[in-house]
Amino acid sequence: MVTESVGIGNIMDVEDVKVKSRAQTSVDGIMPKLRIQHVSKSFQSKHGLTYVLEDINLEIQPGEFVCIVGPSGCGKTTLLNIVAGLEKADKGEIWANGSKVNGAGTDRVVIFQEAALFPWLSVVKNVEFGLKLKGIGSRERREMALEYLKMVHLSKFQHAHVHELSGGMKQRVAIARALAMNPEMLLMDEPFSALDAQTRWILHYELQNIWMKTKKTIMFITHNIREAVCLADRIILLSTTPGRIKCEFFVELPRPRDDNDVNVAEYSTRIMKELKSEINKVVKCEMDTDSCVECDIKCTTEEPAKTDIGGGI
Amino acid sequence: MSILKRVIFFALLVGLWELLYKCGIWPEYVLPSPVTVCKTLIRGFHDKTFLYGIAISMKRIAIGYGLSIITGIFLGLLIGRIRICEETLGTLVSGLQTLPTICWLPLSLLWFGLNDKAIIFLVYMGAVLSITIATESGVKSVPPLYVRAAKTMGAKGWKLYFEVIIPSSLPHIITGMKQGWAYAWRSLMAGELLIVGLGLGHLLMVGRELNDMSQVIAVMIVIIVIGIIVDRLFFIKVEQRIRERWGLAKG
Repeated sequence: MVTESVGIGNIMDVEDVKVKSRAQTSVDGIMPKLRIQHVSKSFQSKHGLTYVLEDINLEIQPGEFVCIVGPSGCGKTTLLNIVAGLEKADKGEIWANGSKVNGAGTDRVVIFQEAALFPWLSVVKNVEFGLKLKGIGSRERREMALEYLKMVHLSKFQHAHVHELSGGMKQRVAIARALAMNPEMLLMDEPFSALDAQTRWILHYELQNIWMKTKKTIMFITHNIREAVCLADRIILLSTTPGRIKCEFFVELPRPRDDNDVNVAEYSTRIMKELKSEINKVVKCEMDTDSCVECDIKCTTEEPAKTDIGGGI
Repeated sequence: MSILKRVIFFALLVGLWELLYKCGIWPEYVLPSPVTVCKTLIRGFHDKTFLYGIAISMKRIAIGYGLSIITGIFLGLLIGRIRICEETLGTLVSGLQTLPTICWLPLSLLWFGLNDKAIIFLVYMGAVLSITIATESGVKSVPPLYVRAAKTMGAKGWKLYFEVIIPSSLPHIITGMKQGWAYAWRSLMAGELLIVGLGLGHLLMVGRELNDMSQVIAVMIVIIVIGIIVDRLFFIKVEQRIRERWGLAKG
């Protein structure tokens, strides 16, 4: 298989990648969709000041699908919230679409882990929500909402109540609601982590199709490496306490990718090895000091099993 | 079936009443027969005295209760969302809530005199605090996720309140309105009994003054029936719809 060799060959060193991407922007003069500059964030806790994020620098190009991966508590969600304008960074700046981020904005719509649909509105009215706030007339916004509901294959459920939908359907409505805003970029905060494996598989497929159709810039947070490999053009690995960019990977596999694809599995294993040391750090931090055995178990179980790889199509 | 059960139950109750009357233990002016009460009811509606009474009472409660809904929700939002209001107004409201509404009567009489305004004020004071407190708890239980989601979709300022915070706290607000209605209805009757000026409460007092027990009972029945109608036809329906929407009740 050709793709396999391409896939593995593309895992580069961080330094190389950085040089390459910087050079690209300066030569072509393309403005990045999102520029995160020297962002740091700390929280006051019982044990004193905890640094969640330290000097994060990241550029995301238009139409790029970037996944941010890291062990729990590494500040992935905090970073996304800062980009969304829902939280303020202690230091540093965020530039989105050439202007400085100062609070939430409709150019950066967030899709949360829980769908956050409003139970007092029907499905289609939920999709219309942002359009109504924009002041779009009722007929026009209904048409637009239906168009996006069609994109996530939920036209049939337009008049349903939110609680009548399954978890996966809710998340699809949330995606339709975000897309209806026609934002410059989508910020997705572990949107599929509460779903079962089958539903997640379907949604990975659907999200890739939507992304290829709409070419939105997507920043996707996940702790699931397989998911990141399946979806992203580029994977940013965050280290933990404090959260720093540890390294980045480019994934150049053909799309739409499948969770169980051999190459995807191979890639995940490589990245998992990088992440292992970070997970050990979390374990040391959160568990008792003598829990080294446990950390080994944790790492090995999260690595893709051999049998999985065979399931690729 | 449930209707049939209820009809049988109430028929038995009326039968028992008739039986007690037939035994002749108490004189007619202490315990009138159901037939007499029924006749009084028909006469009351026929010569329109009950209808006027109901109309006047309803007008008072509509004004007082309506005002209390508007200000109650407004105060609840202030207390629920703004820290300084919670620390100041919130304390005042929870303090005033312990005061029985009828304790406002002397103040009301001195401020407004023996008239409609005094009764409306009582109705207002009866309902406003429970609506305020319910709205406050509703606002405080709005999931922060809804607010964040709405903010990223461009909800700001008053739009955030009207599109997210108020709808999200609607279940609490309706519960508060229901409780407020019960308080308002009680204070209305208390006010009308003590402050002369027509209305259903006044009809009750007329019955007492004329020693007409059948009128007293007939007016009491009217008051109960109106209470039931408002509760069943309005609040229960609204609550049920909300529960369906929110997915709290199946079927």
